[in-house]
Amino acid sequence: MIINQKYMKIAVLVKQVIGSESALEISSDQKWIDESNATFVMNPPDNYAIEEAMQIKEKLGDGEVVIVSMGPQRVQKVIREGLSKGADRGIHIETQESKNIDPLEVAKNICHSIEQENFDLILSGLQSDDTGMGQTGVLIGELLNMSTATLAIETDIDQETIKVKRELESGWFQWVTLDSPSSVSIQSGINQPRYPSLKGIMGAKKKEIKVIAASIEDSKQNLDKIFVPQKSKETEVIDTDVDASVDRIVDILRSEIKAF
Amino acid sequence: MNILVIIEHKNGVMHRMSKEAIAGAQKIGGNVTALVIGENSDSITDELSSFQIEKTLLVTNEKVTSYNVDGYKEIILQIVKVVNPEFIITGHTYQARDFMPRLSASLDIPFIPDLVSVENSSFTKQIMNSKLNASISSSSGPVLISFQSASFSEENISKGSSPLEKFEVSLDASNIRSTADEPFQESASEVDLESAELIVSVGRGIEKEENKSIAFDLAEVLGAEVSASRPVVDAGWLPSSRQVGSSGSTVSPKLYFSLGVSGAIQHVVGMKGSKNILAINKDPDAPIFEIADYAVVGDLLDIIPKLIEKLKDL
Ligand SMILES: Cc1cc2nc3c(=O)[nH]c(=O)nc-3n(C[C@H](O)[C@H](O)[C@H](O)COP(=O)(O)OP(=O)(O)OC[C@H]3O[C@@H](n4cnc5c(N)ncnc54)[C@H](O)[C@@H]3O)c2cc1C
Repeated sequence: MIINQKYMKIAVLVKQVIGSESALEISSDQKWIDESNATFVMNPPDNYAIEEAMQIKEKLGDGEVVIVSMGPQRVQKVIREGLSKGADRGIHIETQESKNIDPLEVAKNICHSIEQENFDLILSGLQSDDTGMGQTGVLIGELLNMSTATLAIETDIDQETIKVKRELESGWFQWVTLDSPSSVSIQSGINQPRYPSLKGIMGAKKKEIKVIAASIEDSKQNLDKIFVPQKSKETEVIDTDVDASVDRIVDILRSEIKAF
Repeated sequence: MNILVIIEHKNGVMHRMSKEAIAGAQKIGGNVTALVIGENSDSITDELSSFQIEKTLLVTNEKVTSYNVDGYKEIILQIVKVVNPEFIITGHTYQARDFMPRLSASLDIPFIPDLVSVENSSFTKQIMNSKLNASISSSSGPVLISFQSASFSEENISKGSSPLEKFEVSLDASNIRSTADEPFQESASEVDLESAELIVSVGRGIEKEENKSIAFDLAEVLGAEVSASRPVVDAGWLPSSRQVGSSGSTVSPKLYFSLGVSGAIQHVVGMKGSKNILAINKDPDAPIFEIADYAVVGDLLDIIPKLIEKLKDL
């Protein structure tokens, strides 16, 4: 029996972001966050994109998963993380500074670096936890003349077709059938991302990460200033020891909100 | 200055955020053209005709009877050529997330999404999961922008009267590279959050699945329903029928008691209409405190068990 396997070449776009536990100090030029005390993590939605790529490859029986990330030297950590979860190799588009770049510039750089690869599928997390622009995967799809879909919450990919279930608002969904090649952004919750195994971590050290220098030409959108949002509502802050807080909550529930 | 607002509609109803986009466009000021694409849109164009805008353009084409990303892109590109807008505006809806970046790459102009305000060509957007704001400017001429839910109010739309024009487009079928099935809803939910009077809501701050019993115990003594933020649902700790937010339910109970929810905008849009918001979070800068009536700074794992005991003793 001949099993008709499809070799699918998948790129997963990942970003390294400041972890949610990091203190967010605004930098002295007020243009970004002081990164000197920050811890960096894989953008959480991107974990789901990596997992989905791995599952697609495993289901089809053959293929290649390539982790692609743009940023300074430090982003190789998240590429390695992807490799330790089973991805085959990495591409690092290296920038000199850790600066926010216009998404269109990022997309053009990534396109330039991956165009020759002819990926069948590009997966990305739906947006990043830092700037939340939510567009890089789709921009690349357009620039490389691929079909696109966003917010996929299930994929159904076989020899012939790429089908994704898109999440719509308020609990609605829709299946979309896409021509290949395609760039799809993945909604969080689509799967349960795996943890790297010890073997995976050891194996990742030997896998290739190709480094390509970024070339930033003109940024059309610029982040001018970061600031703490102004509060619009009057809030009673209860910041006391546990017992006093409990007493105050009981009081609020009973006398002010009249919850019982 | 010309402004193009792209209207979203479903089953003959205009998306609330498209009206907010009109209000935002009027505030920016200029000749506002509204674009409606697709069938079953009489009530939409009627409503638009009562707004003080330049005109409404209606495009119907047998190749794009309902939303399709490739079709929308092709149509809007043709409209952009005739309208010549400085701003192309939408609400920051799921649909806008889907097609606006395609336009951005195709037109080679920035898409600055999810804005909370626009002031003299400076665009303000939340970053770091709503913890900070950023001012963004563009050095391009025209820009694509989208507004976060409730950044503008449809009540502020200036009324007037405006004409409707039909606009013919020609589409090349080979440019349409995706086909969509009918939208559907998943099976009915086991809980009715929308009519709950009291809600205890858990976020990732409960840390472990087994800690969800704390929320259920508290809900039991209060006679409340339990809801959750998305990561709690994504982790499989609670079913999606309990999720509050832009991809879950919208609730407005008498009490929304949140435990370890950070207050990202996608959660907040689903609960900010609550009459009383009591939030517990160990981070004094958590964005949920911005909209809370009562902000309890502390560890929920310490506070809630004691609170349950106290409430039981009453
Ligand atoms: C298109 C889209 C749709 C989305 N739809 C939704 C949606 O419908 N609903 C939704 O909720 N989210 C949605 N999200 C996700 C949203 O952006 C946030 O990621 C999510 O709401 C965060 O959930 P959280 O507050 O539980 O977790 P986190 O952001 O991780 O916050 C956990 C909080 O718990 C606090 N904490 C931790 N430990 C303790 C403790 N012991 N005691 C007290 N406090 C503690 C922390 O300080 C933190 O503030 C969506 C995102 C996108 C992009």
